[in-house]
Amino acid sequence: MSLEILLALLAATVQAGTPILYATLGEILTEKGGVLNLGVEGMMLVGALAGFLTALHTGSPALAFMAGGLAGAGMAALHGVVCIWFQGNQTVSGLALTIFGTGLAGFFGTPYVGRTAPGFDKFSLPVLGDIPLVGDIFFQQDALVYVSYLIPPLMWAFFRYTRWGLGVRAAGESPAATRAAGLNVLGFRWAALLGGGVLVGFGGSYLSLAYTHLWTNGLSSGRGWIAVALVIFAFWRPSRAMLGAYLFGGVMAFQLRLQAMGTALPSSILLMLPYVLTIAALAFSSWRSKRTEAPAALGVNVEPSE
Amino acid sequence: MPVLSAVRRQEPLGWGSCLVFLAALALAFTVSGTLLAVQGKPALQALWLLVESAFGSRYALEDCLIKAVPIFLCSLGVGLTFRLQVWNIGAEGQFALGAVGATWAALTFPGWPWYALLPFMLLCASAAGGLWGAIPAVLRLKLRANEIIVTLMLNYVGILILDFLVYGVWKDPASFGFPMTSEFVPAAVVARIGDTRLNWGLLLCLAVGMLMSVFLRSTRLGFELRACGENVRAARYARMPYSFLVVLVMVVSGALAGWAGFLEASATLGRLQPSIMSGYGYTAIVVAWLANLNPLVIAVASFLLAGVRVGMETLQLDLQVPAAFGGIMEGSILLAVLAGGFFSRYRLHLRRAA
Repeated sequence: MSLEILLALLAATVQAGTPILYATLGEILTEKGGVLNLGVEGMMLVGALAGFLTALHTGSPALAFMAGGLAGAGMAALHGVVCIWFQGNQTVSGLALTIFGTGLAGFFGTPYVGRTAPGFDKFSLPVLGDIPLVGDIFFQQDALVYVSYLIPPLMWAFFRYTRWGLGVRAAGESPAATRAAGLNVLGFRWAALLGGGVLVGFGGSYLSLAYTHLWTNGLSSGRGWIAVALVIFAFWRPSRAMLGAYLFGGVMAFQLRLQAMGTALPSSILLMLPYVLTIAALAFSSWRSKRTEAPAALGVNVEPSE
Repeated sequence: MPVLSAVRRQEPLGWGSCLVFLAALALAFTVSGTLLAVQGKPALQALWLLVESAFGSRYALEDCLIKAVPIFLCSLGVGLTFRLQVWNIGAEGQFALGAVGATWAALTFPGWPWYALLPFMLLCASAAGGLWGAIPAVLRLKLRANEIIVTLMLNYVGILILDFLVYGVWKDPASFGFPMTSEFVPAAVVARIGDTRLNWGLLLCLAVGMLMSVFLRSTRLGFELRACGENVRAARYARMPYSFLVVLVMVVSGALAGWAGFLEASATLGRLQPSIMSGYGYTAIVVAWLANLNPLVIAVASFLLAGVRVGMETLQLDLQVPAAFGGIMEGSILLAVLAGGFFSRYRLHLRRAA
């Protein structure tokens, strides 16, 4: 009996960690290219709404998921226009994007509060789902969770083995040298920013399509910011992003379970857990790393070429 | 074929910047109006209504001033940290803690006369808000933890602390289950000025704003702060007290946001309840940046963005525009102004491609 509860909790951990995982991976891709995008929270909300509305009107969850990604990329493009084209301050632009995105999702979403839409349901993967323990936790989930397993290894290989991956990293580490080598720095920055936007949008639409199937305002409740923190915690590595995302998924799942069981602890104290943990994780990983692992030119704009 | 290229200006654009600013504002209004039209609302009428209901009557102008006070105090603080390239996004949480601190004083010593109680509430608000600002400063200096994320997370924690108190130990038994403290005693309420609806907090703002201006312009510490903000490495080399400055600006910033929380709880609501949190701390960031971190311009920008909030209330009632539209306006104004800054710093010119 207690094993069953534990397995259910761990499966819920993976589910709660998935939107954070998508968003963290998206921000890693963006930051590897040298662009700091603090708009993740707003982008997730817009992605969640775009996904929800598409599912509601077309009835196709797959299409809705794509729409979420596209919305994320659209928001990222705004950041690109301000920072890559017009040299705006990346920190402030990201904050503005979060304010704008939160407003956008609230503005268009308010009439739909409480409505439900078709989404992704859980199914057991053949063979893998039958593995004891591991199968129960990882392979009896919805399709979007399975997709999310593929991204970290793919992203790792992308950065390590492909010319494009190298170009993105170069644009984030040393834009001047990259330009001198005849590569299109701004092109790589744009690509990483938009690609990251798609992933963040996916994370947002996971919330409305698989996590809740339901629209409420402020659906992301800080997950975007947790993702930004996890990028630092993960040292910009996709594999560690998985670890971090599930750590937070675990805290959220645990906290929900405690609330459902009805503990003596007030809900406001339980709700603090993920945020306090974020600070602790951030402080710990910043203190642990001897030198900063951030891309050297992160947040630094590239001047227009003569 | 001629191509456009950008060249950095030798000296920054003077009055032309104002033109750029106005163009950015126009762009933001166009975007917001378009979104209104998409939602099936009469866009032009709505935007006009927004401006008119914000600035068109004495009652509305009073409302703007009332709302400008907390925005101004928060913005003055975050603007101070931005000067040092320290990103305090936590005014919202520091505001919450300030309100909590002031409320604790008001509920614990209801018997004190106003001339003792009000200063004590102010002190408690500063201490609580300042503490909430000091935590990220220390974490940044000791552990190199990114202050943007820490301050943001502390916003959520601060608001949850406020919730915990008003839903729990501080809940008024006579409130029919609503999460609110009992009403403050008259001695704990900041009085109004004459027969207006404005309170004496406005005067506090004037004093603090002027002090801040003088501090930045004419004191040694203010000079060091500006120098550190422009080049941390050079300033450290010149033995400027960088760490001390980081803690100082964060504590001052937190305390100022705490004052805003105190004034809202004491003068505007007369008690503590969750609705005290209405995003002033985030609006303050927009204001600080729009005002180019200049204390006097911050005052003007606070008033204008308070106007957007006042106008939004009418829009909500008359045209059923969701409150989130205010976020769209604030976000698009800031994005447009950020992009517009390009034209103040760069000159575009056409030249023939080789």
